[in-house]
Amino acid sequence: MAKAAQSAPEVAPGVSHALSNDRLLSMYRVMVLARAIDERCLSLQRQGRIGFYAPASGQEAAQIGCAAALGDEDWIFPAYREIGIALWRKVPFRALMDQFIGNSTDRVKGRQMPNHYSFRDHNFVSPSSPIGTQITQAVGAAMAMQRRHVPQVTATFFGDGATSSNDFHAGMNFAGVYRTPTIFFCQNNQWAISLPRSRQTHSATLAQKAEAYGFSGVVVDGNDVHAVFDAVAAARERALAGEGPTLIEAQVYRFGPHSTSDDPHRYRSDADVAEWKRKDPILRLREELRTSGALTDEAESQLQEAVKREISEAIEAAEGAPALDPLTLFDDTFAQRTPRLEEERAEFQRLLREGVIRP
Amino acid sequence: MSEMTLVQAVNRGLFEAMKQDPDVLVLGEDVGVDGGVFRATDGLIKEYGAERVIDTPLSETGIIGTAIGMALYGLKPVAEIQFLDFIYPAFDQIVSELAKFRFRSGGQYPCHVVIRAPYGGGIKGGVYHSQSTEAYFCHTAGLKVAIPSTPADAKGLLLTAIHDEDPVMFFEPKRIYRTATGDVPDGDYRVPLGQARTVREGEHLSIFAYGAMVPPASEAASALAKDGISAEVIDLRTLVPLDEAAAVASVEKTGRAVVVHEAARFCGFGAELSAILAERAFYSLKAPILRVTGYDTPFPYALENVYLPNAARIEAAARAVMREG
Repeated sequence: MAKAAQSAPEVAPGVSHALSNDRLLSMYRVMVLARAIDERCLSLQRQGRIGFYAPASGQEAAQIGCAAALGDEDWIFPAYREIGIALWRKVPFRALMDQFIGNSTDRVKGRQMPNHYSFRDHNFVSPSSPIGTQITQAVGAAMAMQRRHVPQVTATFFGDGATSSNDFHAGMNFAGVYRTPTIFFCQNNQWAISLPRSRQTHSATLAQKAEAYGFSGVVVDGNDVHAVFDAVAAARERALAGEGPTLIEAQVYRFGPHSTSDDPHRYRSDADVAEWKRKDPILRLREELRTSGALTDEAESQLQEAVKREISEAIEAAEGAPALDPLTLFDDTFAQRTPRLEEERAEFQRLLREGVIRP
Repeated sequence: MSEMTLVQAVNRGLFEAMKQDPDVLVLGEDVGVDGGVFRATDGLIKEYGAERVIDTPLSETGIIGTAIGMALYGLKPVAEIQFLDFIYPAFDQIVSELAKFRFRSGGQYPCHVVIRAPYGGGIKGGVYHSQSTEAYFCHTAGLKVAIPSTPADAKGLLLTAIHDEDPVMFFEPKRIYRTATGDVPDGDYRVPLGQARTVREGEHLSIFAYGAMVPPASEAASALAKDGISAEVIDLRTLVPLDEAAAVASVEKTGRAVVVHEAARFCGFGAELSAILAERAFYSLKAPILRVTGYDTPFPYALENVYLPNAARIEAAARAVMREG
């Protein structure tokens, strides 16, 4: 049984003074929502109601701590596990659920498998499945921001596995050369499907890779919203001041499978998982909020109820939405349909009419 | 109107686009201070500065990945890949990302990047400075593919590509960069994508070519004319979207077709064009369609002159289709 390179980081003592109790409570709420969505969606997939799901459980503090430190006008270049970022940006769960189903109200029109949603209104760029490709793109958008002289940054999200990809190295290199306002936010969740962090790279940390590209890389305890928030806020400040990019390695643990298509028991031990679950970022923030008196037992149970209701209502609404019009297949390959696509569309329409193709 | 070479016309097109729109920028290896290894970007950095004419590190995936990010943000990047042979580190960015952004985001994120790359043989470039792999890109939904054969088309198609809303692969026939000369309109000159050009009208057979194969196709037609064989030569100019109507109309008139490209034959662009003609002009055909292409081997160095189609091979194929039916 392979062992993850790092054991769970010890709890860092520093608590940010930047986050008020109100803000912490709203972060906590989104973390709870994200976790509950994961749990429901894993079961929806098992029931055959959605085709696939990639859970983010265990990564909530990293995602929401990061999202809260960014400005709404900053551009997100996500991978496919960034539910916390989307929810923090006020994307309603209903919109995610529409995408998981691929119904007529899905913003991406049923083109992508679940978890690959995008929302232009929220500066949440479209992700793909190939690993790391968003990293160079985030650097390019940051170069455009430099050219336009706007106070914005790009933040790109990826995992430990992506640090082996071509685009990680190309993107880091370009960002160093052009000193772009980019935050490379690596959620080191210890596993790239079945491969542990120790087998991904021989580097002591992922963050240290930034040094070779001429900028700073920092390791943070990704289970600590304060540490994550502070690191991202500092990186953003530097980026806006023209001081270039930062690589942040948030050390977390993927509690669930890579996706509904794999069984983690084949490659990791329950003891490992249990060790990290003791550091559960949601339990940790709950404890802090309880201790400070910001969260009462009553508020906690109301929150859990509200989240459950919100999720159930959204699922019901999304499942009740009309199915996707099959003819939308021929939209958006190009800005305008080419003559060939017009012909293919007409043929498709005829086959539908004749019942040869049934949606 | 000024007379110039094909590579000068590319250069004029880039100058014109950068003058027209401050969002247009050029990036690639050696495109700035050096002006490009073929001088296609010569002088741009002097006129428009290093902010808009960006010398990049040596990474094709970096070039195309960052160009995509710029385009998503609203700029109009024109990326140069120094030789088409070196595009493969960026293949993932092109086929998985650039081609699919608009579609996969439900239309939310159009991604308009123009990728220029010199392609093709005939310059003693050996295996890795000679290839014609346009078919890879034609096969990927979401990319437009243009290949000029004249200076005027080089400028006109390039300007159209830069102002288009979709990603465009713009492949330049480097073998005729300096041998193809001609008059090019000054200022904002555009040639629409998706329109073939009839180089020479004819009655007895149709010869389809593009890029560096247009001159030998024309030469073959001249030789055939001496024997009373009237060949129509069609320069496809844009492979995606293809001017299928023009191709079909030509074959409906002549009844015979020869398809020419320097890329390898198997699954090359000629296979698609031949299939289209077989599907849509079958009852006009008096003879099997013939393809004159590179061979299904990697591109050779010492033997490139016999690997590449030339006027003699095209003429021989034309005579063969004339003997049938």
